[in-house]
Amino acid sequence: MSIEVESITKRFGDAVALDDVSLEVPTGSLTALLGPSGGGKSTLLRIIAGLDTPDSGIVLIEGEDLTHTPARSRGVGFCFQHYAPFRHLTVRRNVAFGLEIRHRPKAEIKARVDELLELVGLAHLGERYPSQLSGGQRQRMALARALAIEPKVLLLDEPFGALDAQVRTQLRLWLRDLHATLPVTTVLVTHDQEEAMEVADRLAIINHGHLEQVGAPADMYDHPANEFVLTFLGSATRLGGEWVRPHDLVVHPVSEGKPSATAVEGTVARVTHLGFEVKVEVDLVGEESCWVQLSRGSAAELGLQAGQRVWVARSDASDAPNHRHPILSA
Amino acid sequence: MIGRVGGPALAVTYLSLLVLLPLAALITNAFSGGWSEFWAAITQPEAVAALELTLAISGIVAVINSVAGLAIAFVLVRDDFRGKGLLSAVIDLPFALPTIVAGLTLLALYGVNSPLHVDLAGTRFGVGAALLFVTLPFCVRSVQPVLAELDAEVEDAAASLGATQRQVLRRVILPSILPAVLAGAGLAFARAVGEYGSIILISGNLPFKTEVASSWIFGLVQSDDNPAASSVSILLVSIALIVLLGIGWARRRFDLSESV
Amino acid sequence: MRSSRWRLPLRSAVLVYLGLLVILPVGTVFYRAFQHGLGAAWDALTTPDALHAIWLTFIVAIIAVPLNTIFGVGVSLILARHRFPGAWLLDALVDVPLAISPVIIGLGLILVYGHTGWFGNWLAAHGITVIFSVPGIVMASAAVSLPYVVRSVLPVLLEIGTEQEQAARTLGARPFTVFRRITLPSIRRGLAYGVTLTTARVLGEFGAVAIVSGAVAGRTETLTLFISDSFNSLQPESGYVGAVALCLAALIVLTLLTVTDRNRDAWHGKAVA
Repeated sequence: MSIEVESITKRFGDAVALDDVSLEVPTGSLTALLGPSGGGKSTLLRIIAGLDTPDSGIVLIEGEDLTHTPARSRGVGFCFQHYAPFRHLTVRRNVAFGLEIRHRPKAEIKARVDELLELVGLAHLGERYPSQLSGGQRQRMALARALAIEPKVLLLDEPFGALDAQVRTQLRLWLRDLHATLPVTTVLVTHDQEEAMEVADRLAIINHGHLEQVGAPADMYDHPANEFVLTFLGSATRLGGEWVRPHDLVVHPVSEGKPSATAVEGTVARVTHLGFEVKVEVDLVGEESCWVQLSRGSAAELGLQAGQRVWVARSDASDAPNHRHPILSA
Repeated sequence: MIGRVGGPALAVTYLSLLVLLPLAALITNAFSGGWSEFWAAITQPEAVAALELTLAISGIVAVINSVAGLAIAFVLVRDDFRGKGLLSAVIDLPFALPTIVAGLTLLALYGVNSPLHVDLAGTRFGVGAALLFVTLPFCVRSVQPVLAELDAEVEDAAASLGATQRQVLRRVILPSILPAVLAGAGLAFARAVGEYGSIILISGNLPFKTEVASSWIFGLVQSDDNPAASSVSILLVSIALIVLLGIGWARRRFDLSESV
Repeated sequence: MRSSRWRLPLRSAVLVYLGLLVILPVGTVFYRAFQHGLGAAWDALTTPDALHAIWLTFIVAIIAVPLNTIFGVGVSLILARHRFPGAWLLDALVDVPLAISPVIIGLGLILVYGHTGWFGNWLAAHGITVIFSVPGIVMASAAVSLPYVVRSVLPVLLEIGTEQEQAARTLGARPFTVFRRITLPSIRRGLAYGVTLTTARVLGEFGAVAIVSGAVAGRTETLTLFISDSFNSLQPESGYVGAVALCLAALIVLTLLTVTDRNRDAWHGKAVA
């Protein structure tokens, strides 16, 4: 187990940033700390790195209790949202920084820096200054810099948050490939659930200082532990007072008759075409509106329009009275 | 809205009347007796002594206050204690005080009737103290805002890479604020080289000992030798300009990487 | 730097340095001024020569400061809002008085406006005396304090950009209205800072004024010259009292500077808005 944090609590004045959080990060995994902004994820990451100290609890890295060890002695690599480049140093010197302060021989430093620049695709930009690089290039430089010291764990604090959407997507995939090549235990903080699900093999959802659930992305999507995880991870809507995924709903014209016992009648409020999917918002009778996610084909078949009266039902619904809904088990 | 031609014309006229014409007059006056007169004026022993003293002492003062200014900026930005605001105001005091009053305050404490029994009157230390006093704000105020805006994350990054406090200071913080320190040093030097009011009381204007260039020039004007005064003035201004350009070049060289 | 080991020693060193260099000397002047009691101090400050010096200093300030303010705002607007060849030169020339000794500035003025100067004959023919007279002192004071308003206002104008002014124009405002309602309020703080610095400089100018005025007591002596004169004629008490008067003025100046300084929050480690 690469990282273990036990019962971490951290307060800033009256505000509780982390409340008795315990987490295990398996060696070689890419774990995402996911949650809404201000929820405590970055605080936890900084505590693991040693950049902040917890009020109580311990931090173990590779079995060693490093709770009171300063950041510089923990052997962690850290990347910031705004890259934290050493502006007065070239890209090469940035990457070499950790090795230079350890007084490694010049030849060794040069070789390692060459290797890393090659790895992150910046080999031709070694003599430039950070100010001359794009955002994506700066973050890749920051990664190379962190990897140079051969850290036990790699900690990334919203590394793609400051980048354009397109660059963000590219770098996301690039990171996943990098991790496959160089399986350093990595913890990634993000508030973007799509990013977390695409990159990480494990998710830890943190909300208001609490750890809500930990597990593989698919498991958590299908079996959320509570309402928060359900609504945060993937989309959710309510039908008949219960939560359900919009793509698990079907729409029937009212002329076909009530399709199942749990179906609800309503009026189509709006039909939005989003490329491959169609979002149908329905005002339901006797309860709040829901929305249904249909494929283009299904939507075209039904010929839905605003104002049309429809039945909305679960796609797997049966009339069996003891049928238990798969979501929110227990 | 100021009028494309009227405004600039007016501004240039004002500038000319107060600054440009006098400068031009200085140059023509300096050479009114040809190169030989100019040369004689600037090679006169007392003039040379005054110039040497001025440049040397201004350089030393600029260096001392660059270091002191850095230390003070650190305390103002990163330390916290009661009365810190008052300290900040104290630093601006030399800025706000008339130079003659500045000289007076130093004379009062370090002159003939010194309550500390330290008599710097008529010594080069006295001149140095006066210059340290008047140039202090430049060195502090040029560094302070840059230090305050330093990204804390960069220092965290260095720490996570294994740097000790000392290494962070030496390899990350100081290089980042070097341009600002140089800027302050330049301002301090320029001010010190031309300083007059704060020096005359404490220095006693002893020739070859505590007479600075501005006093020598003043003396020449009073004895009605304007061409000589102009010659020495032109030389002083030229040297100061060259030094300032050098500092400016050094600044830009270190600042190249800062253009984010 | 997170550890606090360095704080106490550095803080102490800084306090000692400032104490010896600034705090103690200023304190000593106040002490000496009021050493013989408030009454004696008042007497020293109300002699005819002293009163005239105060009056003259006031007059000079009342003329020189507004002149430099108008010039400063004008040049700032020109440099910030218009591009023209030689703009860099104008910018550099404005800074000239900062780099040149006031004594040299005074000499330059004499060479142009003195009775043997470039305009000497023309001025004499029109019965105007500049050098050794009040106009000369005003010019000298204006010359040395020329850059301050520009240096305080220009960065503000550059920083706030032209968007607000453009918005006002699209809403139908005429140029002067735009200036009065949009530009001026936005530079208020920087302008106040610049004007305060200019006033401080004018009140405190010595070298240039000394050369240009001939320092005749009761006629062309400003307060700073009065102080110097008191010392040279071995009447230090009046000198100290005059100094205190200027010290108090300086303290007012300081307060105004601190209050109007835009960068103040940045200086104390917080982000500038």
